[in-house]
This record gives sequence, C-alpha cells and structure tokens, in this order.
Amino acid sequence: MSATWIAVLVTAVCCYGLKLAGLTVPPRWLAHPRAQRFAVLVPVALLAALIAVQAVGRGESLAVDPARLAGLGAAAAALLLRAPFLVVILAAAGTAAALRALGVA
Amino acid sequence: MAETSADPVRRAARDGIALGLAVGTSGLAFGAAAVASGLSPAQACVLSLVAYTGASQFALAAAVAGGGNLIAGTASAVLLGSRNGLYGLRLAGLLGFRGPFRLLAALGITDESTAVALAQPAGGRTGRAAVRAGFLATFGSLYLTWNAGTLAGALGAGKLGSPNTFGLDVVGPAAFLALLWPRLREGRTERTVALAGALIALAATPFCPPGLPIVLAAAAALGAAMLPPAGMLPPPGEGALSPAGEVALSAPGEAAPSAPGEASPSAPGGAALSAAEWAAPGGQPDPAGAAGAAGDRPCR
Repeated sequence: MSATWIAVLVTAVCCYGLKLAGLTVPPRWLAHPRAQRFAVLVPVALLAALIAVQAVGRGESLAVDPARLAGLGAAAAALLLRAPFLVVILAAAGTAAALRALGVA
Repeated sequence: MAETSADPVRRAARDGIALGLAVGTSGLAFGAAAVASGLSPAQACVLSLVAYTGASQFALAAAVAGGGNLIAGTASAVLLGSRNGLYGLRLAGLLGFRGPFRLLAALGITDESTAVALAQPAGGRTGRAAVRAGFLATFGSLYLTWNAGTLAGALGAGKLGSPNTFGLDVVGPAAFLALLWPRLREGRTERTVALAGALIALAATPFCPPGLPIVLAAAAALGAAMLPPAGMLPPPGEGALSPAGEVALSAPGEAAPSAPGEASPSAPGGAALSAAEWAAPGGQPDPAGAAGAAGDRPCR
C-alpha cells in the first residue's frame, strides 16, 4: 500500500472518528471554555496558513505566481460580492486560466 | 413564513435539501483539485465517502500536491476536522440518536448539517423532529451531491491536460478562502488568528518540509485560546492586552487545560456558524461560562 493511500485512509478514519467521538463522549470532556475556543479557532489558523502557503509557496521556497495571485484576488472579489461557493471557485480558476492563456502572467 | 410555520419539520427538510444540493456541487471542485494534486480518483472518492469534510480533504490534497510530508499533511487535515467533534458534542443532545443509527449520523456531521440543525426551533417533540429532519435532509442531499461531484470532478480532471492551464492550482486556495471568509467577518480575534497563522506558515516554509508549516500555524489558535474571549475583552484601560500580532507567540506547547468547566458546548463563534446559530434554542448563550473564562485570566 502506498504512503498516499495510508495518508488517505488515516485522514478518512480520523475525521470520521472525531465526528463519532463528538456524538458519543460526555460533553464535559470538552467543556472547558479554552479547549472550546482552541477547537473553534484552529480551522481559522489552518485555513489561513493553507491559503498563504498555496498562494506563494513552492515546495520549500516562496515564489510569486502572478496568475495564481490574480485568481485568488478574483475569489476575494467574488466573496465580497457574496457570490456562492461555486462561483467563487470558477472566478478564481477562470481568471488564472485566462491570464495564462493570454500569456499575460 | 406564515404558510409553513405550521410545519417546521417540512420546512427544516426543505431548507436542508436546498443547502445540501447547492453546496454539494462543490464536490466537483474537490474531485478536480484532488486529481490535479496527484491523488487517484479512488483516493478522492474514499476521502469524500468516509472523511466527508471539505476543508480536511482539500488540505490533504494540498499536502500531496506539494510533494510534502504526508504525516504533516494528515495531521493538518485531522486538525481541521476537529471542529466536527465539537459539532457532535453540540448536536448529541438535540438529535438524541441511539444505537447503530448514531454511527450513521456521525458521518453526516458537517458545517452545513450542523448549521441547519441548530437553526431549528428546538424543544418538544416537534422541535426534535425538526432538528432531525433538518440534519438528515442536509446530510442526505449533501452527501449524495458531494460524492457524485467528487467522482465526476476526479474523472473529468484526469482527461484534461496540465492542471495549471485550467487554473486548477487556484481551486484549493480559493476554496479555503471561501471557507475562511465567514469566520473573518466574525471578529477581530478571528482576523488576528488568521493573520498570525498565515505569517507563521510563511515564515516556517523555507525551513520545514511542506505540510509542517500548516500544523505549526495551529499555535496561533492556541495562543488566542489562552486569551479572554473576544466578546469579553478587557475593560477600557486594559485595551493594550487585547489579542494582537504577538498572539501566536504566547505559550505554544502549553495544552489547553482540561479542568472541568460549567460551560455548555455553546462555543463562541462556532466554526463556520454564526454566533446566533450557536446560541440557538436549546443552547444557552451562556454568558456565565464566558465570564468565567475571562475571570481566570490566562497567561500572557
């Protein structure tokens, strides 16, 4: 079994297990306000980190890809206009693809 | 509202189905991005079938794409999924499922199903039926469309040429941005944590195998969790103590203490859910708990 398969299966089982644990364990296990705040804020920190690294990261170095950044900018603009999720994605991918097709970026 | 107020169960089911169908189409984006990252269509489908939580799935795909450390990628995916455990805590009493059915219901816990379930007026037999209807309707419609979308996106993307030509490399970060967006609107703490998390990850990138910087960014959340909740920020004069850029530097490695607390699981904010939804009927808004947190002022 490849390492990727192992990562996929571990992720899948752990993500399901966390859901089941929440439904099953006594609520007081996570009752402390700080523990709750941590669990609520973790996605914020991780999502922001993922955006940053994917926007300007390339392996272990930082690199600027103008088309990718423009695509992210289009996504932000769509979000400001309260566009639905799929429109945001299409705006981002479409912008990057168009700029590359035109040879602009 | 008038025509449906007599039947909250039907209304909950209708809302759930509509939301599930709308959001589930983004499974297309995941399937395409996963295959562009180097996952096989089968791997993408297993993630959607079993993990069934978008942000974690995108995160693992990102780690694979970076050719990075799969252990760190898995860790960040699982950390992102931890919020579903909180949702489960919140939903357990409202849904009241018992026995084997709970195993199935657990799979259905997502941002969306939790939001719909918590939006129902709980209380009484009708209230529980509405909560269950909203949850199950969202689960069913979203699960089907998300998985069908994943399969279609994965197979479709494989037929395309270079993923960058179609801008598929932007799909992941754009999806993360869309998932993060509602949280950024919630308050200064969220924005500070996001900024700190991004800076930590960027600063660590040149020195770590890909994937690890994402996990390190969790320190930003840890730091902020040690501070008083945003809604209970220090009285005037103590303003300088409010969470600022250095949040991330406070005591990483110090686990959140697990002393028994009196607070109910009405977490402040609530990932991807508005505060209003968390404070929905059945869950006390719990100012006492928050005040308690502010009272035993944590480290700085």
